[in-house]
Amino acid sequence: MASPMKSMTEPRATPMATDTESRVETLTGSQIIWDTLVHQGVSVVFGYPGGAIMPAYDAMPGYPIRHVLVRHEQGAAHMADGYARASGGVGVCIATSGPGATNLVTGIANAMMDSIPMVCITGQVSSTVIGSDAFQEVDFTGVTLPITKHNILVTRTQDIMPAIRQAFYIASSGRPGPVVVDITKDAQQGSCEHRYDTSPIRLPGYRPEHHPVPAEIAEAAALIAAAKRPIIFCGHGIIEANATGLLLEFVQKTSFPVALTLLGLGGFPATHPLSLGMMGMHGEAWVNTAIQEADLIIAMGMRFDDRVTGNLKTYAQNAKKIHIELDPAEINKNVKVDLPLVGDVREILRMLLPQVAKRNCDVWNSHITELKGDSAVREIQSLPDNGSLFAAHVIHDLWRYTQGKALVVTDVGQHQMWEAQYYKHDHPRKLLTSGGAGTMGFALPAAMGARMACPDDEIWVVVGDGGFQMTACELATCAQEDIKVNIAIINNGFLGMVRQWQQFFYGGRYVATPIKSPDFVKLADAHGLKGLRVTKREEVKAAVEAARSFKETCIIDFRVEQEDSVYPMVPAGADLDKMIRRPVPVGAISELPSEEAPGEAQKDVPPHNPIFETGKDH
Amino acid sequence: MAQGESSTLRHFVAYVEDQPGVLNRVTSLFRRRCYNIVSLNVGRTHETGVSRMTFAVEADEDTARRIEANLYKLVNVLSVEDITGKPSLTRDLALIKVNVGPDKRSEVLQLCEVFRARAVDVDTDTLIVEITGDQSKIDKLVAVLTPFGIAEMVQSGTVAMTRGTRGDAANGAAQQPPSLRTIVAA
Repeated sequence: MASPMKSMTEPRATPMATDTESRVETLTGSQIIWDTLVHQGVSVVFGYPGGAIMPAYDAMPGYPIRHVLVRHEQGAAHMADGYARASGGVGVCIATSGPGATNLVTGIANAMMDSIPMVCITGQVSSTVIGSDAFQEVDFTGVTLPITKHNILVTRTQDIMPAIRQAFYIASSGRPGPVVVDITKDAQQGSCEHRYDTSPIRLPGYRPEHHPVPAEIAEAAALIAAAKRPIIFCGHGIIEANATGLLLEFVQKTSFPVALTLLGLGGFPATHPLSLGMMGMHGEAWVNTAIQEADLIIAMGMRFDDRVTGNLKTYAQNAKKIHIELDPAEINKNVKVDLPLVGDVREILRMLLPQVAKRNCDVWNSHITELKGDSAVREIQSLPDNGSLFAAHVIHDLWRYTQGKALVVTDVGQHQMWEAQYYKHDHPRKLLTSGGAGTMGFALPAAMGARMACPDDEIWVVVGDGGFQMTACELATCAQEDIKVNIAIINNGFLGMVRQWQQFFYGGRYVATPIKSPDFVKLADAHGLKGLRVTKREEVKAAVEAARSFKETCIIDFRVEQEDSVYPMVPAGADLDKMIRRPVPVGAISELPSEEAPGEAQKDVPPHNPIFETGKDH
Repeated sequence: MAQGESSTLRHFVAYVEDQPGVLNRVTSLFRRRCYNIVSLNVGRTHETGVSRMTFAVEADEDTARRIEANLYKLVNVLSVEDITGKPSLTRDLALIKVNVGPDKRSEVLQLCEVFRARAVDVDTDTLIVEITGDQSKIDKLVAVLTPFGIAEMVQSGTVAMTRGTRGDAANGAAQQPPSLRTIVAA
């Protein structure tokens, strides 16, 4: 639906930012905000107006920046985040003081946990009333102190431009992260002489770059040469540093297998023969077993999150560990490493490559291939269509019908893990997901932000019925702003991951996890968008193709098996190779290898497995 | 952060920009990461716009290194140095108000002399003693003055400084606050 509400007032006769390079002119603080953003290369911001940011909004139409009006500021923060992840640039969101700002908090924390460069501009009450509990006053620099890379309170007009410049520099350099610039209303209203400053930013206490010394590189090369059972970890840092090409080169030379973190997916091609897939809590059995058996781990741009390691005491005890990481504070935080290489992973790979000899790893790699043989999970893909719809089928088919080329944005929960397991991402920045923070409600707004960064990509939101409802209000934004994304709701009528934990660890008591949803097809219709429902596997293809053909955002309500679980699973804090494996009823499928003797963790798992049963409706 | 068995009292010296909120950023970091702070002192330096902090922290070697790394991540922190184990001076200052009238005044003053403490205020029924030194010296003075009756006392955080030209020059880790004047100019 073309939106009748879309564009608004005529641009004002404000000076165009692009011709202000050399002239000094008197501008209001509000104009300076936009002029500085334009100079930073910003073309889109996501926001919501309100009292303390109104002066800035009033000046906006004079500048070549698209504003996306969200329905809730959390959406604005996630959109800026999605924009940054998809583009590799800095995302910008804008909100008013008080509740407008605090609604950004979840999105800021999410960006902080995943090291996403983002600048949040918030209005603040006038400097004359700060501290008086004025209307819509919240101490936002105080609130965001622990969840931002840095934050700045601006109370004077002449400080606006330097503050925004610093914010972009800090957000995007070193280990990226969100920066808040909180600007008082009187600073926006005031005027001062302004000329965009292009001189280098001086922050004497800020040293984002680190460089390893040659001796350490040589030491790493020696460990690499001596390794018999090596494994590379590809983390988010590979993507942030645009180091995929160098990692490929490294793997081609060494034949080392590569395991990936959730946020590292796409950093190394999933269809590469040496890609093992995702590791950790829901990593495939062979990946985690290989890690436990490895004699060398080369961790690149990752931080040994607890979802990756399981029990630290028994984690990869046989392995020497090389940790390539930009942030010195991550070294030895969770896992004690033998050789930290602190610096940009791209630079380090460049230094390391000439010192590494071409070699093979045939014995080790064929051992890992054997390990793969005893996992049933990958067989889901070829399970017969028995009439029910399984999430794994949906994701697998989506991968097939999009030729693995879609930009997929996932939310948090079971569908997120299934996506990570079954959608094979071959390129960086084509999977956006909330990793560290695990923020439900992330997917839809992040995908809308990604749409602004990648106008030509096919974008799929893969989201649960629970998470979708957390930010479903942004459908209205899709309609108003003509934003086209495809939304696959993996609808199982439960808060599925919590339900799965209840099944495994809480005696099957489903407390507060059955969730009733609106009719998503009607919801789409109510927004003037498209909606489809799929209940059988045979309908998946037609629905995916229909969704792609619509110019509007389209929701597909995939009614999947209700009590399916994500396998394998390492219970929180358990040893990495003590996985709960998918129970395979004897004779269910004759050609499947029989499952090994159940481990300790498996005893409590009821033999119920909806994959092999007819779905029960509750 | 769980403290390892080898947790000891460590001293850090940090130079920070003298700006509103910097102390809050530093203490928020310690709170957020559960670093166990024993003492914290902030004060100006001879360079305008630059403050110096001294922290005493209970930490093992590894945590100490991460405290340093995390402090460096704060944009307003100019330099950090772990001076534990380096030849250095640490000092606390205490003011102790003792309930003492003319009859026992000279007795207290004699004790003060032993501790190289000074009487800085005398009233009819009280005497304020000022002492600088390390914590154990202050504790001992407090112990001997307690029988006279201590009305109140106040103590500064620990301040510390390495001895010599630069206590850490031998390690090659000397980190003078990087051209502090540039900060002031900005």
